[in-house]
This record gives sequence, C-alpha cells and structure tokens, in this order.
Amino acid sequence: MEKTQNNRAWFLVLPMLVIVAFSAVIPLMTVVNYSVNDTFGRNEFFWAGLEWFDETLRSERLWSALGRNALFSAIILAIEVPLGIFVALHMPKKGFWASFCLVVMALPLLVPFNVVGTIWQIFARTDIGLLGHTLWSLGIDYNYTANPLHAWLTIIVMDVWHWTSLVALLCYAALQSIPEAYYQAAKIDQASRWKVFRYIELPKMKGVLVIAILLRFMDSFMIYTEPFVVTGGGPGNSTTFLSIDLVKMAVGQFDLGPAAAFSIMYFLVILLVSWVFYTVMTNMDKEEGV
Amino acid sequence: MRPRFSPLIMTLYLLFLMIPVYWLVNMSLKTNTEIISTFSIFPKNLTFANYRTILTDPSWYMGYVNSIIYVVMNTVISVAVALPAAYAFSRYSFMGDKHLFFWLLTNRMAPPAVFALPFFQLYSSVGLFDTHIAVALAHCLFNVALAVWILEGFMRGVPKELDETAYVDGYSFGRFFVKIFMPLIASGIGVAAFFCFMFSWVELLLARTLTAVNAKPIAAVMTRTVSAAGMDWGVLAAAGVLTLVPGALVIYFVRNYIAKGFALGRV
Repeated sequence: MEKTQNNRAWFLVLPMLVIVAFSAVIPLMTVVNYSVNDTFGRNEFFWAGLEWFDETLRSERLWSALGRNALFSAIILAIEVPLGIFVALHMPKKGFWASFCLVVMALPLLVPFNVVGTIWQIFARTDIGLLGHTLWSLGIDYNYTANPLHAWLTIIVMDVWHWTSLVALLCYAALQSIPEAYYQAAKIDQASRWKVFRYIELPKMKGVLVIAILLRFMDSFMIYTEPFVVTGGGPGNSTTFLSIDLVKMAVGQFDLGPAAAFSIMYFLVILLVSWVFYTVMTNMDKEEGV
Repeated sequence: MRPRFSPLIMTLYLLFLMIPVYWLVNMSLKTNTEIISTFSIFPKNLTFANYRTILTDPSWYMGYVNSIIYVVMNTVISVAVALPAAYAFSRYSFMGDKHLFFWLLTNRMAPPAVFALPFFQLYSSVGLFDTHIAVALAHCLFNVALAVWILEGFMRGVPKELDETAYVDGYSFGRFFVKIFMPLIASGIGVAAFFCFMFSWVELLLARTLTAVNAKPIAAVMTRTVSAAGMDWGVLAAAGVLTLVPGALVIYFVRNYIAKGFALGRV
C-alpha cells in the first residue's frame, strides 16, 4: 500500500511511546547505570568503568550458561520445526475435526509458564507421575532430579509439548492459503509427493517458518519459568540457562554490577538476532509486494 | 495430491498433548493419601475437596482475582495505545517509523529477566510496588509491541480509499476511527486483546517480582503448597487446573485467528 508522508502521525504514536518508554527505556537505563558503577546500596555509586564487563566476559559462568542455552535452543528447534511441519501436513482441512484439533493444539500455548512446569514436574515424578512411574516400571532408572541427562530430556520433551503446536498452527495457516489449482496442476504433471512438498508447500510456508523459527529461538533463549519450576537449574548447574543464572545473580546474590553487565550483553545478542529477523521479514514482504 | 488428513498421526499427537493435562486433572480429584499411597489411572475416591479448599480460602482465590485484575488492566491499556499507533504505522510514513517499529519488536524479544530488578526498583521508588497497575504497566513492555504488530497486520488489509471517502464525506478523524474503522477491524482488535490477555496471564517472573501481598498473582500463590508437612499435591494440581480455565474458555472464539496472531499479523 502506498503510504502518505505525514509527520503528524507522530501524535498517534505518542501515547504508545510514553507507555513503552516508561516500561522499557527507564529500566534499561537503570541497567546501564549499574553496569558501569559499583554500589553498596543506599544509592551511593562509584564509577567502575568497564570493570564488570571485563569480569563477566572472563568468567566461566557466562560462557557455560550461554553454551547450555545455545545447545538447548538448537535441540528444540531441530525437533519442533520438522515435527510442527509434519503435524500441519496431516491436520484435517475443514469441519468439526479441524476446529477440534485447533482448540486442543492451542491449549498448551495458554497454560501459564509455571503451570507448564508443575504439570511436567508431577508427570515425570517416579512416585506419583504417569511418565516417571511407567519408565520406572519398565526398569529404567529414571530420575530427573539427580541425573543431568534425564533432566535435559525432561525439559526438552516439555518444551516440545509446550511449543510444537505454535509451529504447526502457523504452517497450517500457510497451507490453507494454497489454492486447490496448484495441487491439480501438480497432479497433471505427475509430481511426486516429495516434489509437491518441496516446490509448492515449502515456498508457501517460507514466511511463517521464518517467524516460527525466530519466535522459538527468542523464547527458548530467554526461557526461565519452566525449567526453574521443574529442576530449579539443577542437578548442579546442568540446566541453568541464561535467564535463570541472571536472576540468581541479580536477585539471589544481589551482585548488581556483574548482573547488569551480563544483562546488557544478553540483550545485545537478542538485539542482533531481532535485527536479522526484522530485515529478513521486511525483505520478504517487499518480494511479495504486500 | 492434497495431503490427506491422517487420523492416526493426529490422534497420537493430540494424545501426547492431552495426557499430561489429564494427569493433572486426575490428581486434582484425588486425596493426598491416595496420590502418595496408590498409583491409579482413575481417581478411586472421587473428591472435590481440593477445589473446595481453593474456592473457599481468600488467600487462594484472591490470587485468581489479582491475576485477572492486572491482566484486564494490561489488555485495556495495551490495545488502547496500540490502536492509534498501529493506524499511523499502516497508513502514514513518518520520520523514524521503521526504527520505531523495529524498536517495538526488540521489546517483544527482551528477556524479562533483564528487566526484573530495574522494574522492582523503579516501581518501588514511585510507590507502585505491590499494586495491580505496576504489573499491568510492566507487561506493557511486550504486550504493546505485540498489539501494535497484530493490529497493523489487520489494518493493512483495509483499503485506504475507505479512509479518504470518509474524510470527503465530512467525517472527522475521531468519528471515522470509532464509527467506521474500528468495527471493520473488530476481529483484529479481538485477536490483539486475546494475545495481550494470554501473554499477561502466562507471565510469572515480572508479576512475582513486582508483588508481595496485595496484588499477588495466582502463579506466586501456588508456590506455597510446599510446606513443612510436605507437598500438598492435590491442591497444587487443582490450582493448576483452574489456571487452565480462562485460556480454554476464550480459545474457542479465536481459533481461526490464532495463527495470524502468533505470526504477528502476517499470515
């Protein structure tokens, strides 16, 4: 759509700007302030320069949390995206069952994050949970509170349970918009099932897949509540992801300086990826001529 | 050649989604002794005592009331400020519009953990700590961005000629916006409100950091089932089931728009 050049549109944006600035800019400035100062409480600050950044960049802690988080994001993306596409391809197209599937699939997305944790914490316990008890009766020594590998598996399955539907719903919406004629043309050309997927369905899903992958990347990169409820970051530090570590540092130990430096670097990573996301998305909008 | 609806695959997937939820419901209908002593797929002695505990104890049910209050406040604020902003983004190009739009997106992507402590200090210093409005404003951080993106997606579907015709007919901007434009994008407003509701409802970290007693959300109240006498599993499960209700109720109405909302208005 051709847009009119009009700088008075700023007035329409102003209320939003005030609200968001209050809840985004002021806190961010506080973080920046902490990251370059040393404080002993009582609002006394001493200039510390880049000391905290230096310390944080050298610390084992940031890098190991970052590594764990990157591994976690990679694993869940590798599972959720193909699984989501697979489910979307097999969903009913219309009628009662389509609505039924949509509603049931959307349900996990609306569960409060801590309840997701609670559900899986209960479900995976060997004494009272269905999953844990079944594994235990099969003779598997399953214990997610003591074995790091089991803790990881539990959290990954939980995340797949929680978010695969998001990918599936997005792909489903894209698939629905493919005209029947495309499939008929493919049939006349005797295209194989794989070719239909590769040259008709996949290009149509490209746009939503970019959104799905980046939303999943972002949200898994700042995951906090679910693993916190299930494992509390343990056993040891094995499931301490970036956000859990940050809250531990800032609220638990009150190490404001390092925590703030940590926050800023964390935020910069997010900012960088958001920028890539935004660029890719706006370029695709242009290609489609929307 | 259109991919076939496969009942087997869908059944398996839906079972995978529903079994953990079923287990929670199952536990909420048992007594604590039954939960710990026996392992059963169905509750043997069906009891609603856990639900009764929650619905008769103010310290429990006020958690739900508090959550609903700040969620509704947040939804109203977010949609109200996002409507004119989204209109501006969809109709006009103005200085810095692209940067502003990108900046909004970064707020949606900002980890709440980064903001928890600064929020705590900001709201304490202005005397808003432990009030509903504090949580509502804090959640605006990501919800306003989301609402603007979703609404913008819906608004660009409305042809611009409509606006021009209305102005020619002598409508003022305010009257046009409320009387003609808003009814046209009613479904978009509904979806935006739903998503604000949802993301404010599921968020715990900020809500818990900003409240102590008076505005404590249900998610924070749930942690108190851990006591010296061990876990009160039955009540915890019942509280969990009750948090699913609002989501399950509203989801039916927006089922056909869920994907559009998650795609930030671009499917």
